[in-house]
Amino acid sequence: MENQSAAIPAPREITTKPRRSDQVFRGIVTLGGMASLVILGLIAFFLSIKGFHILSEEKFSFITESRWEVLTDENGDIADSTLGIGAMLVGTFLSALIAISVGVPIAVLSALYLTFYARGAVKKILISLIDLMAAFPSLLYGFWGFFVFMASAEYWAKLLNKYLGFLPFFDVPAPIFERSPFIAGLVLAIMIIPIVTSISREIFDQTPLDRIQAAYALGASKLAMIRAVVIPYGRGGVVGGAMLGLGRAMGETVAVYTVLNVVYQINWQVLFGAGGNVASLILLKFGEAGPYEVDALMAAGLILFILTLIVNALADLLINRFGSKGK
Amino acid sequence: MTTQVIPKPSKPWEVTVKQRAATGSLIALAVVLAGVSVKFSGLNGKLGFAVSFFFIATGLIFIQQLRLRDLQAAKDALLSSFAMLGIVLTLIPIVSIVSTVVIKGYKGIHPSLLFKDMALNSVNDPITEGGLLHALVGTSIMVFGALIISFPIGVLTALYLTEIRGKLARPIKFLVQAMSGVPSIVAGLFILSSLVYPVTKELSGLMGSFALSILMIPTIARTAEEMLRLIPSDLREAGVALGATQWRTVSGVVLPAAKSGLVTAIILGVARIIGETAPLLLVSGGGDALNMNPTSGAMGSLPYYIWKSFLTGGTEEAFARAWGGMLVLLAFIFILFGLARFLSGRKVG
Repeated sequence: MENQSAAIPAPREITTKPRRSDQVFRGIVTLGGMASLVILGLIAFFLSIKGFHILSEEKFSFITESRWEVLTDENGDIADSTLGIGAMLVGTFLSALIAISVGVPIAVLSALYLTFYARGAVKKILISLIDLMAAFPSLLYGFWGFFVFMASAEYWAKLLNKYLGFLPFFDVPAPIFERSPFIAGLVLAIMIIPIVTSISREIFDQTPLDRIQAAYALGASKLAMIRAVVIPYGRGGVVGGAMLGLGRAMGETVAVYTVLNVVYQINWQVLFGAGGNVASLILLKFGEAGPYEVDALMAAGLILFILTLIVNALADLLINRFGSKGK
Repeated sequence: MTTQVIPKPSKPWEVTVKQRAATGSLIALAVVLAGVSVKFSGLNGKLGFAVSFFFIATGLIFIQQLRLRDLQAAKDALLSSFAMLGIVLTLIPIVSIVSTVVIKGYKGIHPSLLFKDMALNSVNDPITEGGLLHALVGTSIMVFGALIISFPIGVLTALYLTEIRGKLARPIKFLVQAMSGVPSIVAGLFILSSLVYPVTKELSGLMGSFALSILMIPTIARTAEEMLRLIPSDLREAGVALGATQWRTVSGVVLPAAKSGLVTAIILGVARIIGETAPLLLVSGGGDALNMNPTSGAMGSLPYYIWKSFLTGGTEEAFARAWGGMLVLLAFIFILFGLARFLSGRKVG
């Protein structure tokens, strides 16, 4: 008997404390999970240390000033400099606003089509085409826009100018319609349509089916159902998707650089062939920039980074707030 | 004996042949009227025809519905016309882009391109001279490098969001989303300011990989997270119930079950960065010669090959070369997308 009782193993200690291997695992995964925080922090940190002295020298005029001039004396030292990204900030907002005001209605309509009209194989094919289009590189949109799309966009610009030219922003100082912010905005619109369509479609898909059917059962037509159920339900998410498109359009470099005639002036006349955005400025000036100007470009990059971060944060907030309610 | 009358099943809501014929003839009428209006007004060409066709067809259908039914039905028809317009406007660019690239690009494709680089050639040389070997090798090396950096980080982030679900899960998800909106040029500037100027003082392929990985991490993290969420929690619970630790459950059950999903994440990540141009223009140095060493020297890439051919050439050969490069790039994207779709069988993007 005594021998037997000695063979009974000690009871296992019951604990909620994870084992050593799990502690290591959790530690590593948590560290990896922090990567996005660390990277975003590092981006802000390094761009600030390079760009900070520019910002402190130029002060607030870095945002408002619209000249980019560096004067050097014979030793190659900087004698005087006026650096400001005002014109480019205006251009960034202008082209991005054109992009969303043209792109978002089209995207929402096609999302409505995909969710409530298309069926079966057609729907599947259309959805994968649009997803594919979202993956096209901006290089492709840029050169397609320049070589193919520009001709017809120029024709529309002339029409707008002819019939709506009395509006100040459709007026032009000289009849140059090529490479205008308007055309760049349209190319950006084409770029963001697939993204906004995808998000809106996902939001519309989440509309609770019982409410849709309730509306139909009350005798609603499709239009009445969409107005009474889908739009109130999906409004916030669609606005979020539009903001995401805005962020994408604001940060776009290559497509704007190829399509737009990057000129350093504030241009509110969207049909006139001069403009720019912050990202295309960085690309344009980078090749010829001295160390001082490179730092200024870093500061411009920092401002662009902060702007897109804010827009994206708002977008994410809206999509998550309104998007996942019905799931 | 009473015979039971079995009512014939009918579907009164279905579109009858007569209705279809009516709609068809309306559309035909709209085509004719649009043709007439283009002929006798200032409207111009295909576009003018399309615009007037759309408005005439929409108007005709509106009137038909108003006459046959009521205002509600007519408005409903209006919405469906506009929804159709939306999808057509969305699809025109993709059709135009793909057909342009194929039509203009095939002239810029030649088998010898695969074996030569551009070290001794200008972009204006005939297509049979010079090639894109350096670009293909450079892009492969940089994308592979970016993948090695991004895949572990992306998957760990996804695991944190799906398996650990710590207190920080929400903020991290938010940050990943925010990171996916970082403009590509900012990624290039970041690598310049953090690595190139203070440390290496030299542009190279490795720097390109770093810049690309900033753009790749969010795509991989989000796709991997979505894929891991598809793994039923029964599997995780079964693992834990058998006495496995969380580490054993994740490594032995969850990750193997999500294998094809993780491959999809890799593919979509690669598709996201393969055409990225702006950061490479800043940090990879843009070489024309074959360079297999990512740590030193300028490294060519497919986007740079296209960029340079478009902007520095100006001759027909240079444009053919550029569109040819674009065709190769587009082919890669199609293949990657097809693979992703084949593997996951579900929505990608």
